Amino acid sequence: MNLLNAILVGFKEIWAHKFRSVLTMLGIILGVSSLIGMSALVKGMENGMREALVAIGGVERVRVQESDIPPNQQHRADQATGLTMNDVYALQKNASLTRVIQPEMRFRNLILSRGPKTSNPWNFLGTWPSALEMNEHRIAHGRMFNEVDDELARPVCVIGTQVRDDLFGSPEELGYEYNPVGDQVTIQNQVFTIIGMFEHYESEQDRKAREAERLAAAQAGSITNAAAGPSRNRGWAGRGRGGGSWVFRMKNNTVYIPLNTMWLRFRASSGANNTPDNRLTGMSIKVASADVLDPAIEQAHKALLRTHNGIEDFSFETQENWSENIAAAIKNARMSGGIIAAISLIVGGIGIMNIMLASITERIREIGIRKAIGATSLDVFIQILVESVVIAIIGGLAGLLTSFALVNLLGVIMASDNTPEITFTACVIAFSFSVCVGVVAGLIPAFKAARLDPIQALRYE
Amino acid sequence: MALIELRNISKVYHLGGEEIRALDNVSLDIESGEFISIIGPSGSGKSTLMHILGCLDSPTHGTLKLDGLEIQNASATRLARLRNEKIGFVFQFFNLLPKLNVLQNVELPMIYSGISSKERRERAMQALTLVGLEKRCKHRPMQISGGQQQRVAIARALVNNPRIIFADEPTGNLDSNTGEAILELFRKLSGEGRTIVLVTHDPEIAARTPRKIEIRDGKVAATLTPEFIGQRSSVTT
Ligand SMILES: Nc1ncnc2c1ncn2[C@@H]1O[C@H](COP(=O)(O)OP(=O)(O)OP(=O)(O)O)[C@@H](O)[C@H]1O
Ligand SMILES: [Mg+2]
Repeated sequence: MNLLNAILVGFKEIWAHKFRSVLTMLGIILGVSSLIGMSALVKGMENGMREALVAIGGVERVRVQESDIPPNQQHRADQATGLTMNDVYALQKNASLTRVIQPEMRFRNLILSRGPKTSNPWNFLGTWPSALEMNEHRIAHGRMFNEVDDELARPVCVIGTQVRDDLFGSPEELGYEYNPVGDQVTIQNQVFTIIGMFEHYESEQDRKAREAERLAAAQAGSITNAAAGPSRNRGWAGRGRGGGSWVFRMKNNTVYIPLNTMWLRFRASSGANNTPDNRLTGMSIKVASADVLDPAIEQAHKALLRTHNGIEDFSFETQENWSENIAAAIKNARMSGGIIAAISLIVGGIGIMNIMLASITERIREIGIRKAIGATSLDVFIQILVESVVIAIIGGLAGLLTSFALVNLLGVIMASDNTPEITFTACVIAFSFSVCVGVVAGLIPAFKAARLDPIQALRYE
Repeated sequence: MALIELRNISKVYHLGGEEIRALDNVSLDIESGEFISIIGPSGSGKSTLMHILGCLDSPTHGTLKLDGLEIQNASATRLARLRNEKIGFVFQFFNLLPKLNVLQNVELPMIYSGISSKERRERAMQALTLVGLEKRCKHRPMQISGGQQQRVAIARALVNNPRIIFADEPTGNLDSNTGEAILELFRKLSGEGRTIVLVTHDPEIAARTPRKIEIRDGKVAATLTPEFIGQRSSVTT
């Protein structure tokens, strides 16, 4: 008997027991769709996290922070200088693998106000223009302050969209995008001019959702503009469950002013005992490329040790830790999800084996007749195996279809910025796994059927 | 050398400590082209003998040589091929597949000999025409009478053009007219040179075959050949 015939007979057998076959396939369908659904969820997570990692500067970015002095240097603690501008100049001179340096002075509790409205930004930094590149900011309106602004300590600031929303109203409230460039705000009784505003940052998913919303609103008719409708959030609010959206939220809630401006206007008021503090609160460096991360840090470390008289009161914090954590979390999620889905597929396989065993018991006479008129053991073996595999293949294909529906459903229900994404690899793996399960599940029944003695099988009642 | 050589064949069943000798030391030669009937009372071991002759069952003792092949040394696959190509078997209880229709049942042996579906169909229809059932080819076995089922079983046994045909009570369920037609068919096949062994408990039918073997309690009671030789010419004409 050739394979085509065996497949035909397999289909007939399945068709003859439709309900039973569908029930049997259900195990495989659920297994395949949960395997693909799981992988789609993890993939969505991964996408979200990767997006977030790029948004905070990529792996080339390294933060330099003050840290505790190691115990063996404790006796020199009074000589520790902390991070100062000297370090910045030293890095500029001696760390050739460091491409961008961004010193920063950060004060908490600095509040921007404009009339009755106030904003308390997450990031209020005095910094260099290089902060723009360092933190992957893009200017939407106006300009970033430049070296001259810094030199002259001009009272200028560049703000994120969240700060704009707080002080001037969000596009949803106003019905249009307010451009605050040229407006003045008060920061601790000092008047600052807004010279630029960043883009609105959001995850790919939020952007799409917002566009769809806008499109729907446009279709609903231009009479009811956004302002007339209920106040909608700006995309991220209330959606913060996802892996990376907080990154975008923080990024929008930013105010940059020139470092010297920060220095001259706010430092005195922030020193612990009213003595001016010449320390920076931190700095970031960006290395030439991710490949030279380690040598670049090594180089910067040497340069800083020199300016710090050998006292190691600083440390480097790379995003690698972060991305490694992400990778580990994703790997864990994939592993545990994969194992659970694989178990459900195996359970589906046990279902197939069970049905096939019952089916060959029912068909002992048939097998006896086939053998009596010339079917070899191999013919019978292949027939039963093919039947099992056909069930698994149909189940696998149905599972693929189901998984598309399932993943769409998940995408709608979860509405986070981690849209589940079905990958081709996941489909291939899930499908081949279901076929393998079908083969393995068919082996024992096929073997039992092939071993039947023709005359005993014929006499079987 | 005979086509089939049976030497000291015994088939013993053990049922709850009791020993049942279905066949007891049977030796038998069947020449190529012979037309033989096996007769005996119920339970005498006729079916058991046929199954052993047809390479379906293996004897407890003794040897069987079929067309030069030592059956007890042959692999299961070799035996399956043999049953498929050289032997046509009509079972006492038909043994049709209830899920297949009459045509598909008749096609079944050819599926295992790798014949194309077109040729299968043609040859199956020819075989069904031979037994007068071409009009019922789309019916299931359950939808036709016992006698018709028996004829389907005969068509299935003939369809692969086997050298040897074993028929276990092929006329048992047939009225005398149809039975006569079937018997005529076997005579014709015998005339073509095929070897035919048929089991019957009807002495009238047995009397009309060239050679008659009588079985009693698993033993060959008598093989009566010479007196039938004279009848052979009248049978084949
Ligand atoms: N599987 C078996 N287990 C035990 N005993 C068996 C088995 N098969 C056959 N027998 C016994 O072997 C003997 C011969 O059986 P067999 O079927 O060959 O008889 P038969 O001559 O064909 O009878 P009938 O004319 O009724 O068909 C019987 O006594 C039967 O009980
Ligand atoms: Mg019998």
